Amino acid sequence: MTMLSTPTEAGHMEKKNPRQIDRTGTPVLEAKGLVKTFGHVVGLAGVDLELYAGEVLAVIGDNGAGKSTLIQCLTGALVPDQGELRLDGRPVAFKRPQDAREAGIETVYQSLAVIPALDIATNLFLAREVRRRGPLGTVFRMLDKKGMRRRAETAVRELGVQTIQNMGQAVETLSGGQRQAVAVARAAAFGSRVVVLDEPTAALGVKESGQVLGTIERLRDAGLAVILISHNMPHVWQVADRIHVQRLGRGAGVLDPRMHTMPEGVTVMTGAATIDELAGVRADA
Amino acid sequence: MTAQTLTADAVLKRPTTPVQRLQRTLHAHPWISPAVVLVAAYVVFSLLNERFAQPGIQSLLIQQTAVVAALAIGQTLIILTAGIDLSVGAIAILAMMVSAKAAAENGLSGPAALALGLVVGAGAGLLNGVLVTRLSLPPFIVTLGTLSMFTALTLIYTRGTSIQGSVLPDLLNWTGNSFAVGEFRITVGVLLVLGLYAGVGYALSQTAWGQHVYAVGDDPEAARLSGVSARRVLLSVYVVAGVIYAVAAWVLIGRAGAASPNALSDANLASITAVVIGGTSLFGGRGTLIGTLLGALIVQSFTLGLGLARVDEHYRLLAVGALVILAVAADQWIRKARA
Ligand SMILES: Nc1ncnc2c1ncn2[C@@H]1O[C@H](COP(=O)(O)OP(=O)(O)OP(=O)(O)O)[C@@H](O)[C@H]1O
Ligand SMILES: [Mg+2]
Repeated sequence: MTMLSTPTEAGHMEKKNPRQIDRTGTPVLEAKGLVKTFGHVVGLAGVDLELYAGEVLAVIGDNGAGKSTLIQCLTGALVPDQGELRLDGRPVAFKRPQDAREAGIETVYQSLAVIPALDIATNLFLAREVRRRGPLGTVFRMLDKKGMRRRAETAVRELGVQTIQNMGQAVETLSGGQRQAVAVARAAAFGSRVVVLDEPTAALGVKESGQVLGTIERLRDAGLAVILISHNMPHVWQVADRIHVQRLGRGAGVLDPRMHTMPEGVTVMTGAATIDELAGVRADA
Repeated sequence: MTAQTLTADAVLKRPTTPVQRLQRTLHAHPWISPAVVLVAAYVVFSLLNERFAQPGIQSLLIQQTAVVAALAIGQTLIILTAGIDLSVGAIAILAMMVSAKAAAENGLSGPAALALGLVVGAGAGLLNGVLVTRLSLPPFIVTLGTLSMFTALTLIYTRGTSIQGSVLPDLLNWTGNSFAVGEFRITVGVLLVLGLYAGVGYALSQTAWGQHVYAVGDDPEAARLSGVSARRVLLSVYVVAGVIYAVAAWVLIGRAGAASPNALSDANLASITAVVIGGTSLFGGRGTLIGTLLGALIVQSFTLGLGLARVDEHYRLLAVGALVILAVAADQWIRKARA
């Protein structure tokens, strides 16, 4: 775990203006008591989560802690066995990813969910294709391929990735990092309420990671709510407003990156101490 | 610029080998290989017997290809979704016998009998689709089962007897009408099949439905997460295929001048052969309809060309078999191409 060897405090100290997020109102997305089992394997054993507009909520936890299962339950990729989900305070039950998308929730799944054989533009617009104007589009349902390529190019450029040039290129011809960039560009371009990213920088270089983190901040500044799953603690401490710690299928509490250090986060993540115990240590000191 | 970046640059700019370039080109345009094979076959068969290239023989070749080429459209759609349809011929024959019998014995008008056939085709395709999507059974097993069921239903319904074209309404025989185009003779059935290729080819390459077919075939889970309803796409593919098989049956009535429950016994393998030789991957998500048309023409030109060259029928089978294996091996090789 190399990222743990650099527990710089600078990360959270750098935040000059701690942003004020209104958490008195209704959360954009709220989950209560989410349970998800796979046969005898328990993925989620009752997890609560609150997400407010204009904030970045990071989710950290060891491998198999249930991070991906949690966000899949939030985005319609999985249907939880139990628990409730509220969007702007209204109960919702997403049966498929399409339902969540239509509610303005975009997701970069850990598997990326891109189609290798199709080109970048087609992937970006899959299941929300743009048709040609006039009878060609309405009667003959012809796709506006040029238009989609142009808009795909804008989306990829906004991410700041320069190595992807041709939007007509099949995704299978891209490198792992470039594919990840395509998936992030898609979520950033279409998310209108919530953007969820499951390890979006796992395959990215330093520069590209920075661009994705920049995109996350841009989305947050535009008033969207962002969930970021990452194993990279410096990244988490750099952009997160709050940190949900997931452990053994349960929520182990929410950390404040301005109050807690990375090593403390790891302590909670691995179960060496609870958040309350951290607070106790502080009080004693 | 440092020396290091220069060497890295040199590696990037290193010219690709001709073999790599070939692999990439074939990967991007899967119809090229069957086109090359077809041209080669034409050259060789014309050299073996100059009659091969004559308009009369070519007209015959095209008419002979029409029915299998039509069936292969439906087969292509299903193989693109990483499925396979063994009930191709059985559905076509069921649709054909129901519409022929309804016209000949129950006095249905031509249009009504034709419509009935299309509905039977759609219904049979729907049954396949429902079994594949609702029960999540592998298409191979589903269509193996419905192959027997549809064949049995046809034989029970017709008691195994054929119906001559002479007792059928004109509309059902219409696909056999021919007209001259220069020195060639083209039938209505051939035009109909070409129309099907144009229409389905357009839907595959220019509409959202087509992109969803490729997406579901290439990576069903990624397609689902991207918001594509795999179930709906699969269902639509099986229904469309069923309708296409019924149209192929209509073309067959015109071509054979009769509706016979024993026809098309080798349609399954013939249609799969055409699709595979046409460069469509059995793993789904890759292939073109034009490749299938070329594949169907290749098989038929082998039949005719080797026949004209007085090569034994068994050698023709041998050649087509080798071609299938070659096509699948080529597909595997081409799929390894990256960037
Ligand atoms: N589709 C599935 N079928 C069976 N078990 C599953 C499935 N998905 C997740 N699990 C199980 O649920 C638990 C949580 O998995 P999950 O993928 O949510 O972990 P994670 O926190 O995302 O881990 P990682 O950091 O490795 O991505 C694991 O024990 C895993 O084996
Ligand atoms: Mg995960």
